[in-house]
Amino acid sequence: MEFLVASSIGLLSACGVYMLLRGRTFPVVIGLSLLSYAVNVFLFAMGRLQVDMPPILSDSATGYTDPLPQALVLTAIVISFGMTAVIVVLALRTYLEIGNDHVDGLPGGPTDSGETK
Amino acid sequence: MGNWMIVPVVLPLVMGALTVLAVRHDLILQRVFSAFTVVALLAVSIALVSYAAHTGPEMYALGNWPTPFGIVLVLDRLSAMMVLLTSILAIIVWFYASREWDKRGKHFHALFQFQLMGINGAFLTGDFFNLFVFFEVLLIASYGLMLHGAGGERLKAGMQYIVVNLTGSSLFLIGVGLIYSVTGTLNMADLALKVPLVPDSDLALLKAGALVLFLVFCIKAAMVPMHFWLPGTYANAPAPVAALFAIMTKVGAYSILRLYSLAFGGTAGDLSWLVAPYLLPAALVTLVVGMVGVLAAKQLTRMVAFAVVGSMGTLMISISLFTPDSVAAGLYYMLHSTFAGAALFLIADLVISRRGQFGGILHAAPEIRQSGLIAALFFMGAIAMASLPPLSGFLGKLQILSAAQNSPHMIWIWAAILGTSLLNIIGFGRAGSVLFWKSSATEGEIQTASDQTFPPQAIIATGMMLAMLVALTVFAGPVTGYLHDTSAELFDTTGYIRAVMGADAPVAEVTTVAPFAQ
Repeated sequence: MEFLVASSIGLLSACGVYMLLRGRTFPVVIGLSLLSYAVNVFLFAMGRLQVDMPPILSDSATGYTDPLPQALVLTAIVISFGMTAVIVVLALRTYLEIGNDHVDGLPGGPTDSGETK
Repeated sequence: MGNWMIVPVVLPLVMGALTVLAVRHDLILQRVFSAFTVVALLAVSIALVSYAAHTGPEMYALGNWPTPFGIVLVLDRLSAMMVLLTSILAIIVWFYASREWDKRGKHFHALFQFQLMGINGAFLTGDFFNLFVFFEVLLIASYGLMLHGAGGERLKAGMQYIVVNLTGSSLFLIGVGLIYSVTGTLNMADLALKVPLVPDSDLALLKAGALVLFLVFCIKAAMVPMHFWLPGTYANAPAPVAALFAIMTKVGAYSILRLYSLAFGGTAGDLSWLVAPYLLPAALVTLVVGMVGVLAAKQLTRMVAFAVVGSMGTLMISISLFTPDSVAAGLYYMLHSTFAGAALFLIADLVISRRGQFGGILHAAPEIRQSGLIAALFFMGAIAMASLPPLSGFLGKLQILSAAQNSPHMIWIWAAILGTSLLNIIGFGRAGSVLFWKSSATEGEIQTASDQTFPPQAIIATGMMLAMLVALTVFAGPVTGYLHDTSAELFDTTGYIRAVMGADAPVAEVTTVAPFAQ
C-alpha cells in the first residue's frame, strides 16, 4: 500500500508540475488542482498509513490512526477548493479582458513595462 | 492585559464581516468602519508593545486548550512590534485610499480589513499550521485588493501572482507535513524542544521539511530566484494596495527569522542555523538583482518594485548573519524599508495620476501640476530608499555594515551593500531628473480625464508616510534600544519556549552560538 500511495502522489505531483509550467491558463489551473490533490494525499500519509484503526484512543483499542493530519487535510481541501474557484473566475475574466489565455501575454503583445500599449 | 493580543486578529475579522454584511452599499459608512478598525488597532498595538517590553513573551491559548494540543498566539517584542508597524501603515493607507481609490471597485474596505487580520495573525501565531492558515487569509484578501478596480494588465499580473502563491501554499503544506511526520508537533515552541531529540535516521527528512518551508518563506520575501512575481504584482497593484503590500514581504522575513531562530537556531544540534548558508548568498544576489532592476526599469512603479526587492536583499543579508547585533540592525532597516517602499508607491501614484496619458513611463513629458511639491516628495523618498543621510535608511545600513564587520563574509557584504547603494542613487537620480527636470522643459499638454481630481489628502498621506521615516530617525535611540532587547529575546529562546510550554520545559543547551563562526 505504501508503494501505491507514494507512487500515486509522485505521479500526481509530476503531472501537476508539468501542467503548471504550460503557457495557457487552463492547463495551469488543472496543474494547480492536481498539485493540491497530491499535497492532500501527502499530508494524509504523513500521519502514517493505518487501516481500520480508530482515530481516538480508548482502553479497548489495539492501535490508532493519527487524527491531526486528517484535520489538516480538511482545512487544506477547503482552502484549495476556494482558491481553485477564484483562479477559474480570474482566468475567465483575464481571457475576456485581454482576449487571450496566455499566462504571460502573447509575444509582441502588451508588456507590463508599458512600452507597447 | 495579555489577552488583548487576540484583538488584532478578531477585531478586523468582525469589522470586515460587518462591513460586507451591513454597510456594503454605503461607502461613507465603510470608511467609518474601516477607520474605527485601524485606529483601534493602533491603540491596541501600542499597548501591546509596551506590555511586551515589560513582561516578555506571553501566550494566549485559544479556547483554553492546553499546549501543545491547542492553538496558541504568542506575544513577544518582535510580534508586538510587527503588529504596531502594520497598524501605522494601515492608518496611512486607509487615509490615502479613502478619498478616491476605494470608489474604483467594490469591497475595498472589507478586503482591507481581512488583509490586516491575516497579517496580524501571521505575526502573532505560535504554531506553523496556523501560520499557513493566516498566510492564506492574507493572500486571499490580497488577491482581491490586487485586482481592485481591475484592468487587463492588472488581471494578467494578478493571475501570475495567484499562481505563484498557490504553488507556494502547496509547498508550505508539504513542508508542514514533513516536519509533523518527524516531530509530531505543529507548535513552534514545542518544535524547538523536539528538534534536538530527533534521531539521526530522521534528520534528513526534518531538514528537507524545514528547507521546503524556507523556500516558501523566500517566495513571500521575494528572494532571488523566487522574486519574479513581485515587480509585476506591485507595479500593477493599485497604489494604496502596493503600499500595504510593503508589509507582506516582511511577513516572509518575519517567518524566516522566527522559525529558524527558535526551532532551528542554536539549540538545534546538527541542524543549528540551518538556513544561514543558503540565506546569505540568496540575499546578496537579491540585493544586486533588485538594484540592477532599478537601473533597467522603464516604468516608475516597476522601478520602485525593484527597489523593494533590493531592500529585501539588504534586510535578509543582515538577518542571515544571525547575531544579536545583525538582527537588531536588520529589524531597524526593516522598519525603515517598509515605510520607504510604501511612501515611494504613493509618490509614484501622485506622479502617474498627474501625467495623464504619459503614465509612469520614464520619458520626458510636459510639466505636471504641483511639480515642485511632488518633486520634493520624490526626492525625500529617493533619499530614503537609497539610504542616504539624514534619513533612517542611512542609520539602518550603517548598523548592518558595522554588524557585518566581524563576519568572515564581510568583504562580500560590504561590497554588495555599498556598490548597490550607488546603483540605487543613479537609478533614482536618473528617474527624478527625467520626471521633473527634463519634463519642465518639454512642450505639450497633459490630457487627464475630465473628472480627475488631485485631492490634497493624497499628498498629506504621503507626507505622513515620510514623516514616519523622520520619526524613525529622530527616535533612533529608543527604537534601537527596543530592537536590541527584541533581538536578545530572539536569541535566548528559553523565555519564548517556557511562556508557551510551561515554566519547567526542558530547553536544550545552545550548542552553536551563531552561523559562520570560526
